[in-house]
Amino acid sequence: MKNILDLAYNIIGLPRLIISIFLLVFLIAAAVVDLSIPMLTGSLLVRVGMNAVLVLALIPAIKAGTGLNLALPLGIMCGLVGAVVAIEYKLSGAASFAVALAIAVPLAIIVGYLYGLVLNRIKGQEMIVGTYVGFSVVSGMCIFWLLAPFKNPEMVWAYGGTGLRNTILLHSSFDKILNDFLGFKIGEIEIPTGLLLFFGLLCFMVWLFGKTRTGNAMHVAGSNPRFALSCGINIDKMRILGTVLSTILACIGILVYSQSYGFLQLYQGPLMMAFPAAAAILIGGASPKKAAISHVIIGTFLFQSLLVVAPPVINVLVEGSFSEVFRGIVSNGVILYALATKWEGGE
Amino acid sequence: MESTSLLKLDKICKSYYGNRVLKDVCLEIKKGEIHGLVGENGAGKSTLMNILFGMPVIQQTGGYEGDVVLEGNQVCFTCPSEAMDYGIGMVHQEFMLIPGFTVAENIKLNRERTKPNVISRLIGKKMETIDVQRNRHDARASLDRLGMSFDEMMPVGGLPVGYMQFIEVAREIDKENTKVVVFDEPTAVLTESEAEQFLDTARKLANDGLGVLFISHRLDEVVSLCDRITVLRDGEVVALLNRGEASIQRIAELMVGRQINRLADRKKTVQVNKPILEIRNLAVEMPGEKVKEFDLDLYEGEILGVGGLAGHGKIGIANGIMGMYPATGSLVKQGKSLPLGDTMLMLQENMAFVSEDRRGVGLLWDESIEHNIIIAAMQSQKKFLKRVTPLLTIEDRKKIHEHTLKMIKDLDIRCVGPQQLVKRLSGGNQQKICIARAITLSPDILFVSEPTRGIDIGAKRIVLDLLLQLNRDLGVTIVMTSSELAELRSVCDRIAIIYEGRLEGVLPPDAPDLDFGLMMAGEFEHKGADQV
Repeated sequence: MKNILDLAYNIIGLPRLIISIFLLVFLIAAAVVDLSIPMLTGSLLVRVGMNAVLVLALIPAIKAGTGLNLALPLGIMCGLVGAVVAIEYKLSGAASFAVALAIAVPLAIIVGYLYGLVLNRIKGQEMIVGTYVGFSVVSGMCIFWLLAPFKNPEMVWAYGGTGLRNTILLHSSFDKILNDFLGFKIGEIEIPTGLLLFFGLLCFMVWLFGKTRTGNAMHVAGSNPRFALSCGINIDKMRILGTVLSTILACIGILVYSQSYGFLQLYQGPLMMAFPAAAAILIGGASPKKAAISHVIIGTFLFQSLLVVAPPVINVLVEGSFSEVFRGIVSNGVILYALATKWEGGE
Repeated sequence: MESTSLLKLDKICKSYYGNRVLKDVCLEIKKGEIHGLVGENGAGKSTLMNILFGMPVIQQTGGYEGDVVLEGNQVCFTCPSEAMDYGIGMVHQEFMLIPGFTVAENIKLNRERTKPNVISRLIGKKMETIDVQRNRHDARASLDRLGMSFDEMMPVGGLPVGYMQFIEVAREIDKENTKVVVFDEPTAVLTESEAEQFLDTARKLANDGLGVLFISHRLDEVVSLCDRITVLRDGEVVALLNRGEASIQRIAELMVGRQINRLADRKKTVQVNKPILEIRNLAVEMPGEKVKEFDLDLYEGEILGVGGLAGHGKIGIANGIMGMYPATGSLVKQGKSLPLGDTMLMLQENMAFVSEDRRGVGLLWDESIEHNIIIAAMQSQKKFLKRVTPLLTIEDRKKIHEHTLKMIKDLDIRCVGPQQLVKRLSGGNQQKICIARAITLSPDILFVSEPTRGIDIGAKRIVLDLLLQLNRDLGVTIVMTSSELAELRSVCDRIAIIYEGRLEGVLPPDAPDLDFGLMMAGEFEHKGADQV
């Protein structure tokens, strides 16, 4: 019996166990304080779908051996630039989303490549450098948002007439473009079909890439560089590739996130976006050295359900915005746990 | 005689996990004696020293049998500092000095002379001020005793390597109660004149009444310096020679000599006039295993052994050729010149490599057997792939599975299936996976480094048989690097001995023990001269 429990504990792991217990407690509490379960479920599905791509973006970087890509804001910036350009030209509907992607992805390739070059010079410190690269680029882009010559009155500050606003509404462009695609209702639960399908498609592509020769090479380069060298694999190239893919997925991820949210958040908005994503994949069972798509799905689901269920419950029980505090504790706590734990190849 | 005995190791036995590494080893060091300890790598010298110094590894692996007697009292140290308290000092092969500290500070490290101050009177001795002048004076005295004239206030960082060795010695003799000093390969990094000076120092210490235990691979030094010499082989004392009885030849023979069981019993099919690989001026920057200028022709269909002592570069050769470490020189394979440093190219030219570092380089520890076996061939030779659409080529699960099953069967890999993680396998089976990975590349030259390191005796035999079989049935030319000379002599057609990064010579496997011993000690050229 003890052995079975030990085994289960080893498979599930401490973070997932704690989060699951929390979730269970909150679900029971939610039932007790009489919250609408269908409503919670609906919003959970949306939140999983909108965040999952950003979490998926961490996979190529981990596989290539650069750890958790905490410089996700790099890709996010590319996505945001794509979006504002699409809006500037007053595109709407699917076309605006497609154009935003078409601009953002090439940009992400260039940015990812340059960042990959940086990472190859600081092997072993990718995560800490990534964090500050993320912070710096967010601050640097604030200048861009202010000075860039955008004219569309929907986006620029109402007074003055130059500089982009803090939040830009998407209702005229690609608001809910994926969520509503083939959307339907089961009882009171709204299913964001397009959103989930889109995420599924990206997962499939990442999985398929893992099966190619290059995908295999990237994985080997990440898990054992010396072994990779002995197989004739160019490790630096693979690390750059992983970084590029991660950046591309991040730029797609922010567009998916924004269309569901209904706004673009510029300036300080993306500053902290990498951390919940990192927390989610870690909760899912990944480590900075090993990750799979299942970790993305499980992790996003657990993490987001906690964020969906906990705030209403806590707000009923306690006065004030304790739920924000709670979110901070969970996401930062999990990242801290991951960084403070030794992840070795052996036992 | 008994009264002058300083340190006595009596009937020391030690096994690691059932593997006996020391058997009834006796060693006695008298007052004022320089006692030499020689033996091949793995003969048990390090283990013996670990026991003497009470290294934790000994206790963790079940302790040892036998007695350590220091000045008539039986002692058993459980940690190195205890051994030091009893007056046994060690001069390490790697320098344990702090570069930013001065010579004097390094010598007096952790034994500083101090004087009380206000705070220390309140809090305790730990807070006392360091008495720089007295420390300096002590250090000076120790250095003078060694005949060293350099300034004791210089930082250690900028000093020549040779000086550092002397500082280590100064540190040991500065301890007031030091009775026995152990030198572990002290001259390995010294130049000739420095080594000379060092040996003088050792003599001086012995004259002062210390006991000196001198461990070295340089046999000429051992012979000229030591009063008595203990020769270890395979964990046993094979001889105790007095000054006068010992000669380089004698020691070399004793160190190496053992029963050779020839596994390879076959007709020579090697064509000596047909080199498959010509290595010229190979230099490899592999830390600890530097190759300096290596020339060799490798003949088609042979098994070439590469031997030599640790640190002399035998490991570096295969690593350099396969591009694992930066290398220069020229390489011609079957008339085609190949640039060094490009691993991919070497694999594509049908050369494969089984690394000595199984865990670090040889295997993907956390991956399946299947993945480990096919990945190199997939990457370098584009095997095991299938085209799904014109733009998309992915791994061919079916082929991978079939090939892995075949390998498991052919090589008799004991596992639960192709998906088992390699970290769950035994050492011998892991080695087979490494070989399977190399075979999958269908090489015509296979470099195998330390194929039997860390695997049990039964598995050793299987791995060696496997290599012979590859050579015989598939015609693979094999370059086998090993620290175990007996192993090389049991399977190889020719054995190249490396000394200080250069080829010392090539011997047939049935050459006399003496020749092997001399070559490994770099004394082969002087053989004729010494015999007179």
